[in-house]
Amino acid sequence: MDVTLGMKSDGTLTAARAEFRMQGGAFPGAPVDMALFCCFAPYHIPAIHHLGYDVLANRPKCAAYRAPGSPMGAFAVESLIDEMARELGLDPLAVRRTNAVREGMKASYGPTFARIGLEEVLDAVSAHPNLQVPLGPNQGRGIATGYWFNHGGETSVSMAIGEDGTVQVSVGTPDIGGSRASIGLMVAETLGIPYEDVRVNVVETGALGVNEPTHGSRATFASGKAAVVATGQAIREMCRRAAAAWDIDPEAVTWRDGAAHPAGENAGRFEPMTIAEIGASMGKTGGPISGHHEATPDGVGASFGTHVVDVEVDPETGRTTVLRYLVVQDAGRAIHPSYVEGQYQGGAAQGIGWALNEEYVYGEDGRLQNPIFLDYRVPVASDLPMIDTVIVEVPNPGHPYGVRGVGETGITPPLPAIANAIHAATGKRIRHLPITPAKIIKAMQGRG
Amino acid sequence: MVEVHLWSGLRRFTDGALVVPVEAETVGQMLDALVRAHPGLKPVIDAGVSVVIDGEVLTGGLHRAVTAQNEIYLMQRIKGG
Repeated sequence: MDVTLGMKSDGTLTAARAEFRMQGGAFPGAPVDMALFCCFAPYHIPAIHHLGYDVLANRPKCAAYRAPGSPMGAFAVESLIDEMARELGLDPLAVRRTNAVREGMKASYGPTFARIGLEEVLDAVSAHPNLQVPLGPNQGRGIATGYWFNHGGETSVSMAIGEDGTVQVSVGTPDIGGSRASIGLMVAETLGIPYEDVRVNVVETGALGVNEPTHGSRATFASGKAAVVATGQAIREMCRRAAAAWDIDPEAVTWRDGAAHPAGENAGRFEPMTIAEIGASMGKTGGPISGHHEATPDGVGASFGTHVVDVEVDPETGRTTVLRYLVVQDAGRAIHPSYVEGQYQGGAAQGIGWALNEEYVYGEDGRLQNPIFLDYRVPVASDLPMIDTVIVEVPNPGHPYGVRGVGETGITPPLPAIANAIHAATGKRIRHLPITPAKIIKAMQGRG
Repeated sequence: MVEVHLWSGLRRFTDGALVVPVEAETVGQMLDALVRAHPGLKPVIDAGVSVVIDGEVLTGGLHRAVTAQNEIYLMQRIKGG
């Protein structure tokens, strides 16, 4: 990857060029396009040139994992921004704030950004106490920003009111990070009933309809949005049942707090009819009550994140210890904050692995030497500190509860954040990942 | 008439134009009109592109209406993780 940036002495970016050469096996499919879309996305840069090569080679096929391509692009761009800021004597965080994109600006890949939350993310980073922690010898602090999209995709959701007033929701997006709980919360909120009364199941295509899988940071966004629409259908039907019982116009019934209510004094005086009461009598009032929605939901909301990491590098062994790690990311609205936090931490942990450990090792015979997880070293809990998180909430106007996709952005900043921290700790800029102890020792001895 | 912004690699199919005006009222009509005007775009569009309208990446919707007031970009198909 080759990156060229123009930066004024005050840190303002004036121009950028990226040439990425990525290989993804013997057939086209390396994520060089996505890497280029994302690499300059956090910044307002007047002139940009992207050039990408999808290189074919006799290597294992690559496939999507998490934010495909974006971490690599961020490694190149965020490392260079850090290097230039330090050379100009500027605060790397301030440089990012100076150039940060906001609503109405052209994205580096062309279109105009709608409501985005990068400035709010950077403000939250500035205010975080981790930035005030004094560093000791052989320690350094690194910062980097990353970006990923949000995807709608083919989505089918059903929900059914039970005879006891509980609710069954069927989705087709497998739950890999808390989406069922988040969707259940949205349905419960829409109905005005306790979360405990909503059960969300992942079901098969034959029972529900076509769904794209859980990818593109889409499950909570897309299935959640469809579930809210489906719930609205059921609410309208429950209002109709209440109207029939009260012998008033359905338009004169409103829904709140888990019950149908007369919309006002003119509608008449009736006791609210709860979801349990409507459910218990539905067999005698018109049959089952359910909602179903199929769509390719629009209104996606992309997410920016900034990470700050402190490391200590052992000058004798080259080992890097992650002392503290901060993830700040825009979630739009965090429906289930603990699961959002889990996504942030998971992304960071995977990115730390890419930065420090993970690589394919080939023998002289061209065979992969570490094809199993005993040899392909991923970070485990004992390698990592508690990963601190700040959930920034700049609601996505395209979702009824403001949700953005949060699953993938978190893996993007760790690669450059750690490289920048290691540079701060050692004075050495290491341009190839992973940054192993051997590379650090070689660099510190002036051999790399 | 809508204006469609292309990525720079497509200029070789459009006589160098980065912005192509076409008569269309929907996304589907817009893609068809692009191919009629510049047949070299057909394999690219057939392979799949992302259409971005007013900053939002559409994931479906060939019937989605477009007007001269929309900002429209074609992007290489966005693939998720």
